[in-house]
Amino acid sequence: MRIKGKAWKYGDDIDTDVIYPGKYLVSFDPAEAGKHALEGLEADFYKKIAPGDILVVGKNFGSGSAREQAAMALRAAGIGAVVAESFARSFYRNALNLCLPVVELPGIQSATEERDELEVDLDEGLVRNLTKQKDYHFPPLPAFIMEILKVGGAAYYKAKARREAARSAP
Amino acid sequence: MGMTITEKILARAAGKTSCTPGEIVEAGIDVAMLHDIGTTGIQGPLKELGITALPPSVEVVIIPDHFVPAPTAKAADNLKLTREFAKKHHVGSYYEIGRGGICHQVMAEKGHVRPGEVIIGPDSHTTTYGAFGAFAVGLGVTDMAIGLGLGKLWFKVPPTVKVVLQGKLRPATAAKDISLMLLKELGTEELSYKAVEMTGRVIDELSIDGRMCICDIAAEMGAKNCIIPPDKTTLDYLRARTAKPLSSLASDPGAAYEEIKEFDVSTLEPLIACPHVPTNVRPVREAAGAKIDQAFLGSCTNGRMEDLRIAAGIIKGKKIHPEVRLIITPASQEIYRDALKEGLWEIFIDAGALITNPSCGACFGGHLGLLGEGETCISTANRNFIGRMGSPKASVYLASPATVAASALAGQIADPTEYLK
Repeated sequence: MRIKGKAWKYGDDIDTDVIYPGKYLVSFDPAEAGKHALEGLEADFYKKIAPGDILVVGKNFGSGSAREQAAMALRAAGIGAVVAESFARSFYRNALNLCLPVVELPGIQSATEERDELEVDLDEGLVRNLTKQKDYHFPPLPAFIMEILKVGGAAYYKAKARREAARSAP
Repeated sequence: MGMTITEKILARAAGKTSCTPGEIVEAGIDVAMLHDIGTTGIQGPLKELGITALPPSVEVVIIPDHFVPAPTAKAADNLKLTREFAKKHHVGSYYEIGRGGICHQVMAEKGHVRPGEVIIGPDSHTTTYGAFGAFAVGLGVTDMAIGLGLGKLWFKVPPTVKVVLQGKLRPATAAKDISLMLLKELGTEELSYKAVEMTGRVIDELSIDGRMCICDIAAEMGAKNCIIPPDKTTLDYLRARTAKPLSSLASDPGAAYEEIKEFDVSTLEPLIACPHVPTNVRPVREAAGAKIDQAFLGSCTNGRMEDLRIAAGIIKGKKIHPEVRLIITPASQEIYRDALKEGLWEIFIDAGALITNPSCGACFGGHLGLLGEGETCISTANRNFIGRMGSPKASVYLASPATVAASALAGQIADPTEYLK
């Protein structure tokens, strides 16, 4: 799985209230959600990015509420991957379930400049900064997590439940 | 080698004799809580999973609370969906508006939380149920759909950090000040992805209300779950509320902890989280004097009887500052009624406060008291991120009910110590 795009840099401790404000919690419509992505930090964020662009952020990204719409909004806005110093646990799981690649890579934020062209290779465990000609390695994710990222949490579990039912069928 | 209480619960739920931190397990779900937002959000994933009936192995509890009663037609549509879902799936534990309150409070009051069980909820403050010795974790709606639709879900077993609280709280300090102290000392990284086990004499002596406050705020420290091993206090509370058998499980003496952190609360003073992150904690006396426009007493953190009583004790016979509105949002209908019986509402109304229905309300920027541009609120809730309570140009301070009450009278942030000697 490879994602290629421009880097958009933000700081530490970006919480889910700024990623997807509470007043929008009534809606689970991805198209609507995309318009509000990162609204707490920057109005109309979705307008400035090209599909597949990559968020490069500091520590504790996605802290606060477990609202899945935070991951939904970023993906719907066109973000191809989020590379962070570290993630809050609930956001990380939500991103996996919605096929939004999330990569934890200490040191990446200071090493990257805004608008650097990046390529994230999840199978290889590699973030390539094409602008700076530098590679950064990260440990590849467990196989089942890669599968969830590829098909989504619900689809993964649906297939898993089918396999288990087939195995235990008389 | 023994196991911590969190490891024991996950091992049992996964059908294993033991498990170790870092291991991925598939745990059976005992209880799934849903609120109005959660019920709305799981519909898509449930459909994708092909789930048409819920497994009988999961106890499902549905408690609308975020946008209650409906402030908009869209919110009303979500509540209708929630109601119909509960009916369609014969969810006996559905707490209609007027019969419930904030989900985390109702779960405890009605005995849906029990030691040793795996409880999931579409809300970060699901960690609150750890106060009853359960493994309780907040999840997004896809994970919720999987958990309650298939009856199981993957978890990475967290390492446990043991926190030992020693000493004795001074009269002016309470569980919220302990929570704020922990936020200051441990920040958002040390406990990230970890189980936090709260122990020590202070915990032993703490009320259920106080224990729930601490486990609630553990979410802000990035913990996976926060847990207090059950004791007599836990069992006495729950026996009055559930007929189900209650476990007295505990961590083994030989359990391995990643770290043990000890704190003495004897010198703890009233604390306050300043704008705009919960970890920006200082003594109240350092923030004292900052003008406020609104004071908020409520939320799943501090909307309980103990909190209302402390505030009422400070406010009794006095008036809220003329330039401040005090909004009180009790955590449940039960609390609402008990406060009425105890004469607390009369105290607050005579002082000039506004009492709303139980709801998450203003805490998350939903309704029932948002902030305008340039406004400042002191709140008993758990988050003060930019835009949390309304305008992104407003400021929120987080503090204990006593500090909020004292500040509402003074018209500015004020130390409650003089009222609680």
